[in-house]
Amino acid sequence: MVMHEMTDSEIILRVEDIHKCYGETEVLNGVSFNVRCGETKVFIGPSGTGKSTLLRCINQLTVPDSGSIWLNDEEVTHSGPLINQFRQKIGMVFQNFNLFDHLTAVGNVEIALIRVKGMNKADARKKALLELSQVGLLDKANAYPAELSGGQAQRLSIARALAMDPEVILFDEPTSSLDPELTREVLEVMRRLARAGMTMLVVTHEMGFALSVANEILFMEHGKIVEQGSPSDIQTSPAFARTRQFLGTFHDD
Amino acid sequence: MIQLQFDFDLLLPVLYQGALVTLALILVSAPFGFLNGIAIALGRVYGNRFVSKLCHGYVLFFKGCPLLLLLFIIYFGLPSVGITFTAFTSAVIGFILCNGAYNSEYIRGGIQSVSRGQMTAALSLGMSGMQAIRSIILPQALRKSLPGLANEFIYLIKYSSLAYMITVIEITGAGKIFAAKYFAFFEVFIIIGIFYLALVTIAGQVIARIEKKIAIPGFGGV
Repeated sequence: MVMHEMTDSEIILRVEDIHKCYGETEVLNGVSFNVRCGETKVFIGPSGTGKSTLLRCINQLTVPDSGSIWLNDEEVTHSGPLINQFRQKIGMVFQNFNLFDHLTAVGNVEIALIRVKGMNKADARKKALLELSQVGLLDKANAYPAELSGGQAQRLSIARALAMDPEVILFDEPTSSLDPELTREVLEVMRRLARAGMTMLVVTHEMGFALSVANEILFMEHGKIVEQGSPSDIQTSPAFARTRQFLGTFHDD
Repeated sequence: MIQLQFDFDLLLPVLYQGALVTLALILVSAPFGFLNGIAIALGRVYGNRFVSKLCHGYVLFFKGCPLLLLLFIIYFGLPSVGITFTAFTSAVIGFILCNGAYNSEYIRGGIQSVSRGQMTAALSLGMSGMQAIRSIILPQALRKSLPGLANEFIYLIKYSSLAYMITVIEITGAGKIFAAKYFAFFEVFIIIGIFYLALVTIAGQVIARIEKKIAIPGFGGV
């Protein structure tokens, strides 16, 4: 497990003191962190600790009560209609895929290229097919989402996000609705992306993936980042007692 | 046997003229009724509180108002406040208002049955709300509401005969006038009945073909 040194690359995403309440329940209770270009951060923690809400706050699908998000020193929060431009640069992959059910695989990838980026249909088709081949789905280009396996569906949704050439991709439990075999094919695509230098924020329960791919693992509980460190730190340093207890797989010396 | 007191050669041109008017009423009203339905449904689902309430009120009003009464108000009533339409236009307006109200209910159901994740995913790609509705939500919602819309279209074919009550001589009206003149109600109305039956049958075939054409594997139970 080789750690990439990220200290030199520039910070592209800043998350500052995000708070979010649903009624009385405080889901996010002051979350801050920076993301460097090319970095993979993995968020782990018990269910209901705000990990998914945190990702949704980053692209403003959920508007935080307070705090701010910055992409390349431009404020994403309070950006009004400009939010649509930020969202093009912040891809998102969902637990249940959210593929557009009425469009073919290639249609799913090209629709935003045509409608949002204003690409002409021929160029959009070319780019969409390229993205499909990147995730090994070229032969499924004309299949509808209902005709795909879960693993294929999730790889398609990754291709859809990639097509927009995002600067960072948010993965919200991308493998939680997949069986182990399908999980493997999706993680393989994500692993390749990370290696290729894509900046990724991943909420997952796949510890093997976290430990082998993440530059940093952030353990969240009760709406806060409780512990954060590199995979090797988490496995060895005494400072990560809570994380290891949660994982239940490593023993304190 | 019934003794025919009239000549078919006299009847057919009369019914032909009436049939053209009936077809015109339907073919002009249906597309606008469809668009009206989309607008009202979008207003109800996506509009702010005021717009949503307004659209809901619209639906309640036109669902509650007998169509014949509506036609009377438009054709006979509105001139007294200075708004005058021809009989044909009045009928078309009435049909569009009424057809749109019912259509909107089916379309609203369609929109609300599209999973929230579809909108979420569209927004996450940088689409505006309007782009998402147009490219993602409506294509799915309209597929889901097609059976209901088809029903409403069939109703429109039949209630187009109400236009006669505000002096539009469509096929039922034309037949009625002819029948009264020659005292041949049975024959004339049977023929008109066959005309409507044929129209509804053809409409059903066309709708089935559309359903087949826009069907998507594993979507909407098709």
